[in-house]
Amino acid sequence: MIPGPFAYHRPQSLAEAVALFAAHPEDGRALAGGHSLIPMMKLRLATPEHLIDLGGIAALKGIRREGETWVIGATTTQAALIGHEALPAGLPIIGETARQIADPQIRYCGTLGGNVANGDPGNDMPALMMCLDAVYHLAGAKGERRVKARDFYLGAYVTALAAGEILTAIQIPAAPPGHGHAYEKLKRKIGDYATAAAAVMLTLEAGRIATCAIGLTNLAPTPLLAEAAAAMLIGETPDERAFAAAARAVEAIVAPTADGRGPVEYRTKMAGVMTRRALARAVARIGA
Amino acid sequence: MKKIPLSLTVNGDPVEALVEPRTLLIHFLREQLDLTGAHIGCDTTHCGACTVDLDGRSVKSCTLFAVQAEGAAIRTIEGLAAADGTLHPLQEGFREMHGLQCGFCTPGMIMRAYRLLQEIPNPSEDEIRAGIAGNLCRCTGYQNIVRAIAFAAARLNGENLEEAAA
Amino acid sequence: MNEMSETREVREARLQGLGCKRKRVEDVRFTQGKGKYVDDLKLPGMLYGDFHRSPYGHARIKRIDTSKAKAVPGVLAVLTAEDLKPLKLDWMPTLAGDVQAVLAGDKVLFQNQEIAFIVATERYIAADAADLVEVEYEALPALVDPFKAMAEDAPILREDIKDKTTGAHGERKHPNHIFTWEIGDREATDLAFREAEVTIKELISYQRVHPCPLETCQSVASFDKIKGELTVWGTFQAPHVVRTVAAILSGIPEHKIHVIAPDIGGGFGNKVGVYPGYVCAIVASIVTGRPVKWVEDRIENLSTTAFARDYHMTAEIAATREGRVKALRVHVLADHGAFDACADPSKWPAGFFNIVTGSYDFPIAHVAVDGVYTNKAPGGVAYRCSFRVTEAAYCIERAMDILAHKLGIDPAEIRMRNFIRREQFPYHSALGWEYDSGDYHTALQKALDAVGYSALRAEQTARREAFRRGETREIMGIGIAFFTEIVGAGPAKNCDILGIAMFDSAEIRIHPTGAVIARMGTKSQGQGHETTYAQIIASELGIPADDVMIEEGNTDTAPYGLGTYGSRSTPTAGAATAMACRKIKAKAQMIAAHLLEVHHDDVEFDIDRFRVKGMPERFKTMKDIAWTAYSAPPPGLEPGLEAVNYYDPPNMTYPFGAYICVMDIDVDTGVAKIRRFYALDDCGTRINPMIIEGQVHGGLTEAFAIAMGQEIAYDEIGNVKGASFLDFFLPTAVETPKWETDFTVTPSPHHPIGAKGVGESPNVGGVPAFSNAVNDAFAFLGATHIQMPHDAWRLWQAAEALGAQG
Repeated sequence: MIPGPFAYHRPQSLAEAVALFAAHPEDGRALAGGHSLIPMMKLRLATPEHLIDLGGIAALKGIRREGETWVIGATTTQAALIGHEALPAGLPIIGETARQIADPQIRYCGTLGGNVANGDPGNDMPALMMCLDAVYHLAGAKGERRVKARDFYLGAYVTALAAGEILTAIQIPAAPPGHGHAYEKLKRKIGDYATAAAAVMLTLEAGRIATCAIGLTNLAPTPLLAEAAAAMLIGETPDERAFAAAARAVEAIVAPTADGRGPVEYRTKMAGVMTRRALARAVARIGA
Repeated sequence: MKKIPLSLTVNGDPVEALVEPRTLLIHFLREQLDLTGAHIGCDTTHCGACTVDLDGRSVKSCTLFAVQAEGAAIRTIEGLAAADGTLHPLQEGFREMHGLQCGFCTPGMIMRAYRLLQEIPNPSEDEIRAGIAGNLCRCTGYQNIVRAIAFAAARLNGENLEEAAA
Repeated sequence: MNEMSETREVREARLQGLGCKRKRVEDVRFTQGKGKYVDDLKLPGMLYGDFHRSPYGHARIKRIDTSKAKAVPGVLAVLTAEDLKPLKLDWMPTLAGDVQAVLAGDKVLFQNQEIAFIVATERYIAADAADLVEVEYEALPALVDPFKAMAEDAPILREDIKDKTTGAHGERKHPNHIFTWEIGDREATDLAFREAEVTIKELISYQRVHPCPLETCQSVASFDKIKGELTVWGTFQAPHVVRTVAAILSGIPEHKIHVIAPDIGGGFGNKVGVYPGYVCAIVASIVTGRPVKWVEDRIENLSTTAFARDYHMTAEIAATREGRVKALRVHVLADHGAFDACADPSKWPAGFFNIVTGSYDFPIAHVAVDGVYTNKAPGGVAYRCSFRVTEAAYCIERAMDILAHKLGIDPAEIRMRNFIRREQFPYHSALGWEYDSGDYHTALQKALDAVGYSALRAEQTARREAFRRGETREIMGIGIAFFTEIVGAGPAKNCDILGIAMFDSAEIRIHPTGAVIARMGTKSQGQGHETTYAQIIASELGIPADDVMIEEGNTDTAPYGLGTYGSRSTPTAGAATAMACRKIKAKAQMIAAHLLEVHHDDVEFDIDRFRVKGMPERFKTMKDIAWTAYSAPPPGLEPGLEAVNYYDPPNMTYPFGAYICVMDIDVDTGVAKIRRFYALDDCGTRINPMIIEGQVHGGLTEAFAIAMGQEIAYDEIGNVKGASFLDFFLPTAVETPKWETDFTVTPSPHHPIGAKGVGESPNVGGVPAFSNAVNDAFAFLGATHIQMPHDAWRLWQAAEALGAQG
């Protein structure tokens, strides 16, 4: 499998990159880790004429704490998220999710920005970013703007990213102290997309659920935020009965397609099972 | 499409070349540099037969353009043995523990294990299995590959090999 | 070195002969990236070929326009069926007596079928141009379900043979029917069923899968116009057969065709057949006068070259209430895809499926197989098994469990009650085979003891109760499979390929210094022949294995042989190796006697030398003898020390084994976890236990993949689904279970060293062991038979259907 021809650009600064995208708004594609794009190009499902490699822009890499948030550069790799000196302790669900993406070689190359920006419903990070209420920093010829992850995903491979715009960073609220978290992913094997996956962040107060967010992966054309399911848990005792009710609420909003991972009915049920398990594990972690 | 210049280091030697932007790193290594140890097994970034070490990371060279390796230091299976021909403990371990059969996945598997052992010098069996999960083997069922990597880890740590082999 | 003072143990050990866990010779190059596989080959002026393929599963081709592809700079030729017609190469014969389109001309019959072959100076240019071939199609209704193939209103697929009422294997009942193959006594079987106390009947399907070696199929063809010679390097499990086929097809004399199989990155049956890519590369080289390389990509591999299985088996057993089997009746609907390209010996359109009576003493049996065409890729190869043996083993091992379940008898016990007893060997099966040797009761008992079988059953009972009480959502299954393989095809009297008897060969030459070069007609694809054949020679001739070089795969130098598949290398070429050694040894004995100045009856062989009987200090080593053979041969004896043997085995060999799988299934997700897998193999004499163990690990892993997830499926309009590693289940080190191996040794009485072959046993026995464990897990909820593959969603569905979901 051989990719089609293209012109290659390797800007050294964000400004240079923005200018390149402005020059090629329709036929330019950003190359970050390349592990979504290059396979598509080899299948000739993607045939960009201009490939703009963001790998040379130092400003797009790195993880830093900014007030009560984490700011992660778009081309920070999954391996860097896992191996960072502070992030795994502060926001452990990021590493837990990253570890369940693909395989070691791919995690060395694949980037957080690439994972969240291309709108592939199979990617794991978008649902987590919705769960965490992350904000995406976008840069374009008209300047910078910020879009919440919860507003970013419009359809399969369709996002709020405008032609000629680049995702530069992802800003994530710091986790509340004493939070519980879990990313439960059911997959056929290493390297597969989720049959169903659920990201959960919650806190307890006096033995009852005080805050809760649930994100869902690969269960609809876009990642989902299970708002109703999370809302019905607030104030509840964290037990199997409450989790089962939340799971049913999740099953009501998912719309998976039938594929090699299973028929719609199965994947729908698995959305519920993963939600239940993520909730239980998140709560158990608080107790631990 | 116009070729563009590329300079990098491969197995310690500086390399200057002209490549088409779309040339995949695996094709550059195999066809322009005649380093045919890394193989192509799947085309879809699953099998890891094309794994090489690039700037301290194991990468699947079928999913990188050669131009992305500008300025990088690459090590392939051909550059793993010492200059005097002494085999790397991984190469020794794969033979000692029967960690290969057809040999097609072996270069990628060894290069992945090479980086794994630098990150986790004393891996558990589960860590080895997770560490090579990006490399498929159709012949061995992995069990002896795991033993081969454990053998190499022990050798690199200067441990008693009888124990490692057990 | 003092040859006198060394102990026998030291001398034995130096040989690294039979039974030695000798480290592999091959690994020295493979671990350094110095293997030489086909795609590593680079020849001056070499061109690259690529296919334009059909997006349709069934369509009429209205027009092919190659002008845009031809206009791409660097493209030298674009071949279509029209170009091949004058050469009579637009169709090629298959190994099963059918024909296959090399390039589709009038119709496409499966998705991704080859339509045009683009030849260019670079791989990338060929790929670009392949996209520019324009084909106009008229879509036709696709036939995907084999059960509908012979319906009156079924679309007719093979217009080229639609009026032929007879095929290579007899009468055709329908234009989509290929053959009916019957064996056994139908009337007596029917009678036994009418009179039976108990019967079971089940449709047991074995889904379409693919052997999927890590290296795809590939070749380089180079035609030398001046000499009129053709050289083809390729991924060939049977290079000599490829040369013969190439000679017949091309008209180039066989001696002017050089076929070379270099290192092969796994075969598993995928590389037995001849594919359009090979033919097109040859034609393109003849047309352009330059070498042409063709390399399949993975999607092409999974969707076009050599599927396996796709057998739908309706199995019936008649038995007594005590569970003694009285008769077996099986009907198979075999989905062969668009062309019958099964790689079976010519007279065996369903391979050796009649081994389906398995390890049990069935007094009577009857089998009928109907092969049909569908709009799927051709193939039907033996994927890590002897011909259709894994299908047969799966069928009988599932059926025996179903019978046990119906009668409430333990699956181990029902096997023990029906095994062929040790004293019955050589055993004549109801379907015509003569089993050479076996000791089934001992093997199964050893396996049961090893896993603590009764304790496992007790645990299962307790866990089932806990499940019923709602305390756990996991169910536990214990799967037993006891398989008998039939390998080593085969006796020339009943096995041939295109008329060539399925013997195999060895040619061994000892050089003056005692170093040996030996060549065989087989071809290793990872089995380690360079290591193990040398061990046979070491033990037979008393020359250290390290002094023996094994060569295979070059038809110019190797003796003619039928290749490596169906676990035949050890039974055939391994036997030939031993027999050639014995010829050499007879001559060596004459030379030794001459040197020792005694009568040849007065010398005897002793590890690495001939010695005078009763005088161990008077001896000549094989090294001494070799030198003499070239320097001063005894009067009347030809100089030199070499031999050739073409071995036609008197019978096949029948390896067997007992496998036990313990599995836990999460009914909420359908995810199955293999807790334990124990495999006892009896492959007769063990040449290299290290290699045997490695083969068993690998075969079990393939069996795990097949049973638990592999499938090449098609949608209703003939689109192939899951033809890449994203979907086609190849487990990684994380999913793959840990394997426990064990053995018994029951040598083959007719093989020169008693060896039987092992490479495929674990696939044959492994698949039913996994599937029986799944079915056993669900049995207490009322399941009889759950179809493979047992991937999570299907197991969840099974649990749902049985009411196990809360």
